[in-house]
Amino acid sequence: MQKKLVMSSSPHLRSPESIQSIMVDVLVALFPVALMAVFLFGYRALVTMVIAMVVAMATEAIILRKGNFFGDGSAAVTGLLLAMTLPPSPPWWVVAMGSVVAIAIGKHVYGGIGSNIFNPALVGRAVLVVSWGSHIAGNVWLKPVPFGFAADAVTQASPLATYGASLGDLFIGTVSGSLGETSALALIIGAIWLYYRGHIDWRIPGGFIGVVFILGLISGGFEMGLYHVLAGGVLLGALFMATDMVTSPVTQSGKIIFGVGCGVVTMLIRLYGALPEGVTFGILLMNGLTPIIDNLTLPKRFGEVKKSA
Amino acid sequence: MSERSFVGGIHPSYFKQYTAGMPIAPARPPSQVIIPLHQNIGAPCDAVVQVGDEVKVGQKIGEPKGFVSAPIHASVSGKVTKIEPYNHPLGNPVMAVFIENDGQDTPYEGMKPNKPLEELTPEEIRQIAKDTGLVGLGGATFPTHVKLSPPPDISIDTVVINGAECEPFLTADHILMLERAEDIVYGLQAFMKALGATKGIIGIEDNKPDAVGSMQKAVAESSGGYDIEVHALHTKYPQGAEKMLIKATLGREVPPGALPMAVNVVNQNIGTAVAMAEAIKLGRTLYERVVTVTGPGIKEPGNILVRNGTLVKDIIEQCGGMTDDARKLILGGPMMGMAQASDDVPCIKGTSGILILTEEFVTEYPIDPCIKCGKCMEVCPMNLLPNFIGSASEKENMELADKYGAMDCFECGCCTYTCPAKRPLVQWIRIAKGAIAASKRK
Repeated sequence: MQKKLVMSSSPHLRSPESIQSIMVDVLVALFPVALMAVFLFGYRALVTMVIAMVVAMATEAIILRKGNFFGDGSAAVTGLLLAMTLPPSPPWWVVAMGSVVAIAIGKHVYGGIGSNIFNPALVGRAVLVVSWGSHIAGNVWLKPVPFGFAADAVTQASPLATYGASLGDLFIGTVSGSLGETSALALIIGAIWLYYRGHIDWRIPGGFIGVVFILGLISGGFEMGLYHVLAGGVLLGALFMATDMVTSPVTQSGKIIFGVGCGVVTMLIRLYGALPEGVTFGILLMNGLTPIIDNLTLPKRFGEVKKSA
Repeated sequence: MSERSFVGGIHPSYFKQYTAGMPIAPARPPSQVIIPLHQNIGAPCDAVVQVGDEVKVGQKIGEPKGFVSAPIHASVSGKVTKIEPYNHPLGNPVMAVFIENDGQDTPYEGMKPNKPLEELTPEEIRQIAKDTGLVGLGGATFPTHVKLSPPPDISIDTVVINGAECEPFLTADHILMLERAEDIVYGLQAFMKALGATKGIIGIEDNKPDAVGSMQKAVAESSGGYDIEVHALHTKYPQGAEKMLIKATLGREVPPGALPMAVNVVNQNIGTAVAMAEAIKLGRTLYERVVTVTGPGIKEPGNILVRNGTLVKDIIEQCGGMTDDARKLILGGPMMGMAQASDDVPCIKGTSGILILTEEFVTEYPIDPCIKCGKCMEVCPMNLLPNFIGSASEKENMELADKYGAMDCFECGCCTYTCPAKRPLVQWIRIAKGAIAASKRK
């Protein structure tokens, strides 16, 4: 009996990991954050997240002309991340517009997954900030009502406008703010999962958060340093946005430079800029520099002795 | 967990349970052997027998055509029936000597014990290695006597024996360390003496604690005044790659493009050490070796002593045959071994394993775009940029691939194993290496 044998070039083993499994891991990591958002802001948070994800996935399915709605899962991640950067209850069409822009312009204009230069979710958010700013910032921050699934919507100023929230509230998340940014605790739990699964390392978040803390400390002392780290979108940005694989450097030292750059730009905007928050543009700017950072930080080969210049 | 290791690498499933610790069993003598005349890196051999000649077990049938080559010997006694090209594990057909087994196993009278190691000179040890056709049995088949002849301006201080056996599934070296520990130490001593090395190290992955114990015992009992250490190494693929092994055992880094000699080290494989000991003690030529016959697609796996030139299909048949869902035949391990189009191919000196994989291992994955996760760079033991080189090669920009260090890749396959986008990175790098080497020859 002569069997038909499969021919292929080695290696003949493959790891079980795929793009889809990574995206599912990210969704799992975002689960505690999403749960916290619903816990604090009620059904409005859930609606915003669902709109963002469904529109993102639909946009991708239309562009790719594929029947598989979930696909590799990256559109769902982009949609959810976009929702995390939005206030609890913007008009539905603003959320939908953000998702369409994120997927169509942030991602597929460049050639789809892997080819985009800028973090798609942040491209979506940036367009919303510039185009419909009044729905995204200003008098839109709902007062968190724990367990108040259908509580009345009452707005209040964000912690980055007042600099008046307690550090404890900022850590737990019982402050006003974007859906995914209020609870440092939930974000850290999610990030630990991503770290455990090997999808992020310490370099980008370390550089980012470290610089924000140091610059905050210089601007107003130790507590102000912590305040800058915990308030606003720094943790969400540093742990989930800046660590986006496609748009951040691949080299080890490049990741530190990238994280530090994100932190510096964020703090320049916060301290001296016209906007209260600088995370979005801090990361987008560094996204643009990623190819250059990679090229300048190529690693030394095994056994190679760096030539002294 | 051992501290001794290198940076990078992967932790695949090891699948050693099929054959781990199974005693070495000699294969049934084949009725005919087909011995290819090219079984080593370097020059092929010319036949020194003719059709109709009677040959004996261990008799030389192939004479090397160059210095970097090793003679080839008959593995059965009987009559030479044909000398013509035949299938070869590396792909293209190669001239081969067909010997019909007379079943007598008459040993060649030229195989006689040598003087004891204490009385042999380095030159005599090299000559014995050369005459008995020793090559590196890990799979690369570099002629041993060449490794034992460093240029005069290089002094070798350490010989490292590779007992890592980091390829999943394979257990041939493991069982040799359990059954033939004394011969391994003896072979290592011969290598050390031939090279004037003052230190010998046997590196073993720490997933084989019984092998570590066995080797430590053998070293304690019969070190013969030689300075020999047994190192337990972190279990991680490719721990047995020579540069990684030297890094793990000695902390030295072999420069890009250089051989271990550049850092005063020579590596040898476990099987080669046993063969060296047999060559000195018995005058035995290299005509058989231990082959791990394994995988989910073989009915009765085992560590089989196989004569050179035995057809793979004969061995598979003796091991109960392939299962119904067997889909892939690999000679060597699953990370670096070669898939075969047919089982009608002879086992050679470099055949460390016959691995048969089933349906679930042969999934064809669509190739997704690179998502720049950088995991291939993290696992690359050479600290290269597999994603950059792979993409350059994909776009046929071989100059760029060369600039990113394609030629330093030794094709361990960690990048392709790891890539979540299922990009065939090492395969692209292989194409680039071929193209770059061809353009440099011009």
